[in-house]
Amino acid sequence: MTVAQLIFYVIAALAVAGGLGVVLARNTVYAALFLILALLAVAGVYILLASEFLALVQVLIYAGAVTVLMLFALMLTRVGDLPETMTGAQWPLAAVVSSLLMGLLVTTVATSDWPGDADGTITRIPFEQLGEALFRQWAVPFEIASLVLLIALVGAIVLARDEDDDVEESE
Amino acid sequence: MEAVSQQIPLEHFLVLSAILFSIGVYGVLTRRNAVLILMSVELMLNAASINMVAFAAYASPAAFTGIIFAIFIITIAAAEVGLALAIILRIFRNRGTANVDEVDALKW
Repeated sequence: MTVAQLIFYVIAALAVAGGLGVVLARNTVYAALFLILALLAVAGVYILLASEFLALVQVLIYAGAVTVLMLFALMLTRVGDLPETMTGAQWPLAAVVSSLLMGLLVTTVATSDWPGDADGTITRIPFEQLGEALFRQWAVPFEIASLVLLIALVGAIVLARDEDDDVEESE
Repeated sequence: MEAVSQQIPLEHFLVLSAILFSIGVYGVLTRRNAVLILMSVELMLNAASINMVAFAAYASPAAFTGIIFAIFIITIAAAEVGLALAIILRIFRNRGTANVDEVDALKW
């Protein structure tokens, strides 16, 4: 087993542990902290895939901004961790469904022929070429994405604002 | 673009992504708190991103398609989280709950 493989298994174990923590934790704040663990582990997976830029974006946006936003929402909507809001009554059925889905996906992956899996050789993509592709070939989707972000920002502020008094709450 | 050999088969990344996605599905189906459901959705989005980046690195690095897709997934996820949390906050103010089973005004 090479060092890269060992690192991959450690990171994968952390990601799965974080994910299980998100769906199984008895406390909402613990679930949010487990989410940070899972997202940081996914950033590690990106580094193993030689996409350092994505790993940086993942840490900044997901592990930083998104989870802080989640923690704020948890704080503002907190009525105590009632057991019935943590896990619904249909959890055995949900466990069966998600296990079947996982079995299906893993069997499909295992029985299919994938390209480039002979020796695990991957291609490292430099920052400069990625930036050029983003601002040339993908310029229109990039602008549309910025428009989507702007509209979502305006919509979130309009939705979360309190009309009764003029206290503006940034969301 | 230089090639790196890491001796990790592509399947390993795909299986990790499948496991994370299934965990997310379980969370969406069992959690009743809207914010926790959103966290499970984030797990599923990340699983999809891992797939995209893995295929970009192993199969078709030429056009950067997978990595660009992952960047857009992260962008849209950020927009989605902001909007969804604003909606959850509004529901909580109006009805005093974030439990999705109790928000059933459109159900009959």
